[in-house]
Amino acid sequence: MSAIDQLFREYRSAGRKALIPFLTAGDPDLEFTGLLVRELDRRGCALCELGVPYSDPIADGPVIQASYTRALAGGVKTRAILELAGQLRRPAGSEAAAVRMPLVTMISYAIVYRLGLQQFVRDAVASGVSGAIVPDLLVEEAGPLAEVCREHDFSLIQLVTPTTPRERARRIAATSTGFLYYVSVTGITGERRELPPELVDNVAWLRHETDLPICIGFGISGPEQVRQLAPVADGLIVGSAFVRRIADVGQSDRAAALRDVGQFASQLLEALNERG
Amino acid sequence: MATQTPLPSPAQVPDAAGRFGPFGGRYVPETLTRALDELTAQYEQARGDAEFQRTLDSLLRDYVGRPSPLYFAERLTRHCGGAQIWLKREDLNHTGAHKINNTLGQGLLTLRMGKSRVIAETGAGQHGVATATACARFGLPCVVYMGEEDVRRQAPNVFSMKLLGAEVRPVTSGSRTLRDAINEAMRDWMSSVETTHYIIGSVVGPHPFPRIVRDFQAVIGRETRQQSLRQVGRLPDLVVACVGGGSNAAGMFYPFVDDAQVQLLGVEAGGLGGAPGQHASPLTHGQPGVLHGSFSYVMQDDDGQTCDVHSISAGLDYPGVGPEHSFWKDSRRVRYTSCEDHRALDAFDALARQEGILPALESSHALAVAMVEARQRPAGEVIVVCLSGRGDKDAAEIARLRGQG
Repeated sequence: MSAIDQLFREYRSAGRKALIPFLTAGDPDLEFTGLLVRELDRRGCALCELGVPYSDPIADGPVIQASYTRALAGGVKTRAILELAGQLRRPAGSEAAAVRMPLVTMISYAIVYRLGLQQFVRDAVASGVSGAIVPDLLVEEAGPLAEVCREHDFSLIQLVTPTTPRERARRIAATSTGFLYYVSVTGITGERRELPPELVDNVAWLRHETDLPICIGFGISGPEQVRQLAPVADGLIVGSAFVRRIADVGQSDRAAALRDVGQFASQLLEALNERG
Repeated sequence: MATQTPLPSPAQVPDAAGRFGPFGGRYVPETLTRALDELTAQYEQARGDAEFQRTLDSLLRDYVGRPSPLYFAERLTRHCGGAQIWLKREDLNHTGAHKINNTLGQGLLTLRMGKSRVIAETGAGQHGVATATACARFGLPCVVYMGEEDVRRQAPNVFSMKLLGAEVRPVTSGSRTLRDAINEAMRDWMSSVETTHYIIGSVVGPHPFPRIVRDFQAVIGRETRQQSLRQVGRLPDLVVACVGGGSNAAGMFYPFVDDAQVQLLGVEAGGLGGAPGQHASPLTHGQPGVLHGSFSYVMQDDDGQTCDVHSISAGLDYPGVGPEHSFWKDSRRVRYTSCEDHRALDAFDALARQEGILPALESSHALAVAMVEARQRPAGEVIVVCLSGRGDKDAAEIARLRGQG
């Protein structure tokens, strides 16, 4: 059983909902990403998505695009991101405790293919990473990577969107592992003031089709939306709203940015588990 | 790249999943799947619909001015001394390039699908102008994404697009060229996919685009084949076309792939030379990888990040290439080479002075290589060059470069 399966089993039996922050790894550098992950872990987030910066991210809005550009300008490489994950999840020395949250990478298939499917999954597993979301890998093309992931008990989290026909959604749910990522909007990542009115019903329908945990992402900007979506989901993914908070961070104001990110996570967590 | 299974016959691709041998496929966010499936289905129906074909054929004849002539460049041939050089005059099409063949076809598909808005990307601006033209003709609103660098170096086309009623959105991300324009068009489509059709301009992108664009451009090769038989009395010995994304080359080559006696030669942008970042030649210097929804040769670093590329010609300034070209390269049906900026400029001058034709800088790359081939071949041989576009759009940029030099 992967760490993600374990996590949702515990959350479900406790009646809790998971907050899943997304961070761009290496924005502005990996040291700061490590501090952010620890802060989010301390605040009680369930799982953390580490975005591997990519030069041509077509599913991302301006906030995450810009953070990818900053991280790439800083020279971050996938290997270094996995090394950071290893330090967080399996610290060698005794100076820091291991991060409790499982980590998953959000990574383009362009990168996975270039690194080699086996190589990527082996290195990720060795670094204590529990799974991957590959946003440009459709269920039709996912076979080879899914096989490698299965061999290593590494979750390959697939996405269902508002444009996915229902029969296809069933097929995606049947092949996804770890959890199912429900994309809230027809569009790119980025905070929205309002989410589509049919979102809750669509997720409720999917709920009846699969036992897999369902987490909703894209567009979630604050506690109000968290309250609205918490009842139908196992977890909520928040990306741009976190990434935006560190967009202008320099060397001197890092402590303030960490505090801001941590406080925002706490607000969301409070809203998320109000009913639970 | 070595492939384990025997490659299929070149005329039998792509398969139902959009695979040209191992290349092609569909690597896009799930959000776009339904629209791509719908496009695939509608295109299949349209292909079998005689009325659709008749409408397209009459537009190509009366609106575009097809068939475009196959012209014997007699003075250029004498200038080179060797094989005969013939030019397939796509530059004489309405809007001045081959791009209109595709945009009219996809414009008709847009109407057929009941979509009410069109988006497109453009590099040199030729596809942008051709899309704006088709949209004006069909009464569709049109947004064209264009890299800021290309907006600068292809200003006449930007103005034309606006005159045709299109909105031109400059793209300021990344390298500010064609690749970034495609990214931005894809992002628009992610949000607008239910009401908008994306008229992609080359044989790139996710299935079914590489196949659809090739099919609409194949009119170039079909005409050339017939014209060569009629005017020369036989098929050409060599057919040369430039390759950025590769749409004019795919359309020119495809009807010849089963004619084993016809050699096919694709010319990529060699830029300033073979060093990384100095050229735009993924078939010559790249390796297979994923970019813009398709598996094909690409310029990437060892971490899968797309490399910056360079070409004097905005239409060839692209780090990827259509998957069918990758398939033709690996199956050795087409030979690919590259041509540096300065050689393309020399060929531009030669055609201007010898024939009174200003070729597009893109087409000048094919011309430069064809002139070298001509010198090496006997007078009895016949070379056809796809003159994919006219060069008026490049005049100001060439003047600027020379003013600096």
